[in-house]
Amino acid sequence: MIFGLSIVFVLTSILTVAGALAAALLKNLVHCALSLTITFAGLALLYLQLDAQFAGFSQILVYIGAVAILVVFAILLTRGAGIPEYRSFSSSWLAGITISAGVFALLAWAVTKSLSASASSSAAPQVTVQQIGLALMSSYVLPLEIVAVLLTVALIGAVIVAMPESRTPKSESSQGGDR
Amino acid sequence: MSQSSQLWANPVWTNLDQIFVLLQHWVEGFFPVWLQPAVGTVLGVIAIVAAFPGIFALTTVLERKGLGRMQNRLGPNRVGPFGILQPVADGIKSLTKEDIVPLTADGVVHFLAPVVLVIAVFLGFAVLPVGRNMVLTNLDAGLLFFFAIGASTELSVFMAGWSSRNKYSLLGAMRAVAQMISYEVPLLLSSVVAVMITGSLSTVKIVEAQSGFTGIFPHWYVFTPWGFAGFVLFVIAALAETNRSPFDLPEGESELVAGYFTEYSGFKFALFFLGEYLGMFSIAGFAITLFLGGWGAPLSVLEIIPSWAWFFAKLLCAIFFFIWLRGTLPRLRQDQLMNFAWKFMLPMSLLNLLVAGAWRFLGDGWLRWIVCSAVLLLAYGLLGRVLMRHQRLGARSYRYAD
Repeated sequence: MIFGLSIVFVLTSILTVAGALAAALLKNLVHCALSLTITFAGLALLYLQLDAQFAGFSQILVYIGAVAILVVFAILLTRGAGIPEYRSFSSSWLAGITISAGVFALLAWAVTKSLSASASSSAAPQVTVQQIGLALMSSYVLPLEIVAVLLTVALIGAVIVAMPESRTPKSESSQGGDR
Repeated sequence: MSQSSQLWANPVWTNLDQIFVLLQHWVEGFFPVWLQPAVGTVLGVIAIVAAFPGIFALTTVLERKGLGRMQNRLGPNRVGPFGILQPVADGIKSLTKEDIVPLTADGVVHFLAPVVLVIAVFLGFAVLPVGRNMVLTNLDAGLLFFFAIGASTELSVFMAGWSSRNKYSLLGAMRAVAQMISYEVPLLLSSVVAVMITGSLSTVKIVEAQSGFTGIFPHWYVFTPWGFAGFVLFVIAALAETNRSPFDLPEGESELVAGYFTEYSGFKFALFFLGEYLGMFSIAGFAITLFLGGWGAPLSVLEIIPSWAWFFAKLLCAIFFFIWLRGTLPRLRQDQLMNFAWKFMLPMSLLNLLVAGAWRFLGDGWLRWIVCSAVLLLAYGLLGRVLMRHQRLGARSYRYAD
């Protein structure tokens, strides 16, 4: 145990933070996306260490299996990843450092406040998938339905954005004239 | 097990059924108590790493012989009797071939792509119940684990295609990823029906729920209307997920050289090949677990044959079915593939969920059989006609070789 944290936790968090740093600092954009995938995997390992099996596996399924693929597709289809950036540090670095220091202070305050509040470290509750399902269907059914509506809207929006324009009679006649 | 035959209670057959578990306990006995769980896990891993690549070696020669016979030719017959030692020759060849990496290829990603694939595929075997009490880890969310790991294989396909800096590789990788993502939705939805009726995501519980018998007939989910539809949808989606014929456009030899593994030679190509076939085995294993009763015997009188023997027999039948399909069906075009996934399989699998729910709540009896079968058959006919009517399909024509 180092500083009261287990070795596995230290290793996993080093992996996660290293992946996130690499995602911010690497030059090749696809390398950045792949390092972000390592960060997602590290987060999934952290969930699994806390015995949250469903959250951990859903993290892998959704983030690595779908979001990472989406990110690399977006990179490839929009700007092309062959041209590496040569500027790793932006010109407004002072403002960046100030804002990130502020966010870090806020998060550290929130974490230490919650640690001292839950001083009694009893055994972690064994949450089965069945309990999650029951909770989703009883007390959290409204967020579930809202998320479902949101996903449907996103799907319909994607189809509309990607749909080819329907041919109007005006454009058909102009095409006939060109031939 | 209250309805099994008397023969099964004989300790000889019980020991044969549990022979690998007993072997594991015997080896564990040589180690101190605090080390025993680790040793047991290591033994299980060794068994998986030995057994499934062994089946892979057998499958390569079976496939080439089987395809050869279906195409009216002999297949490999030089190495060993009936070509049975061909995998040995293939292994030696792939180990001694020069490993060529293109000059402009992205070295690190090019190296890591087959590694990620093989890791992801081997991880998937951890929750597969190969026999009674023979599963590496009995996770509470075992099925979710398998699908999560399967989603990671798409990433390795993309890495392989992009890092080769080759038009054909990138094109093959894009097609493969689009196909895998499209078919992942029907794959998951068609497996959810088995989870719904069992009430658990644990693969061990799903197999145990199918291990009862009425008379001599088993309670496998495939013998119910929703189970049969779910099984068919799962197998089609599994074929597409593993880029297997007739969904093998990403590696269509006549179109894309070799798709996303064009620039891989020697052992890395062998690793990709291994990863693809092992993925096929694990997804076939899950189809067997979810719908075909896992390690259960098909008739209660046949329960004397060990559970692991039944599992591997079913797995071999599934492999033979995949090889048969490869030799029979022509390749689907990309747009036909996508239309099929989004316009037919997704509505059918959603409807299957409703039908499974209706099955559960209609209660025992002949009514639920009739209602569920009628709804599924009607939907199959309507979806086939209505949603696919823009495909200009003419009457079927036959041409025979003279």
